[in-house]
Amino acid sequence: MGILEVSNVNKNFGGLKALHNVNLDIEEGTIHAIIGPNGAGKSTLLNCFIGKLVPDTGTVNFNGQSLLGIKPHQINQAGVSRVFQTPEIFMDLTVLDNVMISCFAKRDGAFSFNAWASVAQQTDIREKAEKMLEDVNMADKSKMLSGSLSRGDKRRLEMAMCLSQDPKLLLLDEPTAGMARADTNNTIELLADIHEKTKITKVVIEHDMHVVFSLAQKISVLAQGTVIAEDLPENIKGNAKVQEAYLGGAH
Amino acid sequence: MFTLAKNDKLLLVIVAFFTLLAPIILNPFPTESAMAQFNAGYPDLMQRFVIFGIFAVGFNILFGLTGYLSFGHAAFLGVGSYAAVWMFKLLSYNIVPAMILSVVIAGIFALIMGFICLRRSGIYFSILTLAFAQMSFAIAYSVLSNPSFNLTNGETGLQVYNDDPQYLKGDGPSTTHLFGLEMRETFTLDIGAWAFQFNVGYYICAIFLLVAFYIAIRIFRSPFGLMLKAIKTNQTRLNYTGLNSKPYTLFAFVISGMYAGLAGGLLASMDPLAGAERMQWTASGEVVLMTILGGAGTLVGPILGAGFIKYFENIFSKINDSVLHSWFSLLPDGLENAIVWVLHFFVGKGWHLTLGLLFMLVVIFLPGGLVDGGTRIYNWVRKPRNPEPAEEGAQASTDQ
Ligand SMILES: Nc1ncnc2c1ncn2[C@@H]1O[C@H](COP(=O)(O)OP(=O)(O)O)[C@@H](O)[C@H]1O
Ligand SMILES: [Mg+2]
Repeated sequence: MGILEVSNVNKNFGGLKALHNVNLDIEEGTIHAIIGPNGAGKSTLLNCFIGKLVPDTGTVNFNGQSLLGIKPHQINQAGVSRVFQTPEIFMDLTVLDNVMISCFAKRDGAFSFNAWASVAQQTDIREKAEKMLEDVNMADKSKMLSGSLSRGDKRRLEMAMCLSQDPKLLLLDEPTAGMARADTNNTIELLADIHEKTKITKVVIEHDMHVVFSLAQKISVLAQGTVIAEDLPENIKGNAKVQEAYLGGAH
Repeated sequence: MFTLAKNDKLLLVIVAFFTLLAPIILNPFPTESAMAQFNAGYPDLMQRFVIFGIFAVGFNILFGLTGYLSFGHAAFLGVGSYAAVWMFKLLSYNIVPAMILSVVIAGIFALIMGFICLRRSGIYFSILTLAFAQMSFAIAYSVLSNPSFNLTNGETGLQVYNDDPQYLKGDGPSTTHLFGLEMRETFTLDIGAWAFQFNVGYYICAIFLLVAFYIAIRIFRSPFGLMLKAIKTNQTRLNYTGLNSKPYTLFAFVISGMYAGLAGGLLASMDPLAGAERMQWTASGEVVLMTILGGAGTLVGPILGAGFIKYFENIFSKINDSVLHSWFSLLPDGLENAIVWVLHFFVGKGWHLTLGLLFMLVVIFLPGGLVDGGTRIYNWVRKPRNPEPAEEGAQASTDQ
């Protein structure tokens, strides 16, 4: 039994079948990649995991508990964190504040009326956040406004925010999109490194084949809302259906 | 001291300095001089500076931190005033029970209103608060004022009558007081051509402002305050980070409502009268203007904005045509009349026009409000020595 079990998930937008009978079984401690052409429904699928969308039919179970119908903050508190395709960070706050907010959420839960304490004196939170920023090589930027970071740094910051919560499941939506080659390689190394250390289960959506084959233990291929293949990386390359839908396509 | 960071301590000290010495600082012109009309150092006006400062500081905790723009905060001001006057009617003129009830009732009222209005955000939230406040106004104005159940005394306004019970009054003072210290008591210090007025009521209000300001600083620097700022910049991210934004916004709403209730209670404590017009939408709009004008989301901004608006309201509304004529009497008659004719529209009853223009100028050229302007000047002056500006620490050197 996997840590995340998705069965028969359907989602329609008007007449568009964005997801069609999607089944997925994510094994604990692995990196599972989801690939597929643009508009295949990959982001939509992740949206169904974090409470942003509710599937029309089907079930999504995390550690045996259904994720459908509970609030986004409850899903996060249960141990699911997500890095979005377009960075979702607190643009008007400093880099350090961004990570500290994640740490507060982890330590104090969904709400705490902590109005008399001073953020500056929360040394445990601060040290944890600083350590996290060091891990993603952003310690020198901790005082910057996060809105002024480069796209790659914004994504790395978002990753740091998610990782600082020690999630049980980390969802990464195209973590290297829009990055230069060097930055992409850095990010892959970072992810591989983190995986080595923490073994946090990861679902990675990727466009970049290079990234996928160097990271994933298992790959699912999504095309037009359907999973057309699921296999080990070395087998995916030779899969005829996949080549037709994806590798042989416009990409 | 007070577990504040260095800059915040400095800010508190500066605000305390200006508030406590306001009767002197705001009275720069000799009493008999022509400029005396620009003096602001008399009790009635200074009390309003400080009371509306409290109102705006509280409003800023909601609007400045979370970005939720309420157009109904005057409702709490009114509720606070009514609660205070009822305490005067039932117990005595001592302001302590009045202030306590003002804050508590406004808090409960804010809890109900916040619970309903916070179901929506953005413009829908603003409209809901506006509707709620207008409903409260209508209820106070007519519904709760009928012979069988008269809570607000409608059009006349709630006030203390001789036949009110005042169970605890005994032979205590017949005006508002703090354990015998009467609010209206004023000590006048004559120095040369100047007359400085030190009023008990003003100093009571000033102490409330300093406490309210100190609490606001603590909230700004707390983890709770950090979450409120996070709500303003990206509420979606906050939710996906495991935080429930609902109770955060509700607490911010209630706290700002309690500040407004405190301000309303103080208004009634200075002048034991409460009318429904205190709840009207123009009053709600005024606190929005004060906060934006001073600098939403900054610490001293709202106090500066409140002082600025109350000062200009008072000064410009006092200037009339004969005052204008006396200013320009040296010019040729035709020119004098022309200038007076133009300025006529901006003073007296037309002071709103001046305020509107000032507001537009500030919003266009200083999007961050007066604090933004102060910070720019400070940076410009200090550039060579100190590249890292001391956030709002530079401010507060302006009026109030
Ligand atoms: N909220 C939405 N409303 C309507 N259509 C949507 C919505 N989200 C996604 N879609 C559509 O669903 C399809 C899948 O989108 P998406 O999941 O973003 O694809 P991918 O991430 O694989 O590129 C696209 O055709 C997209 O236009
Ligand atoms: Mg996508």
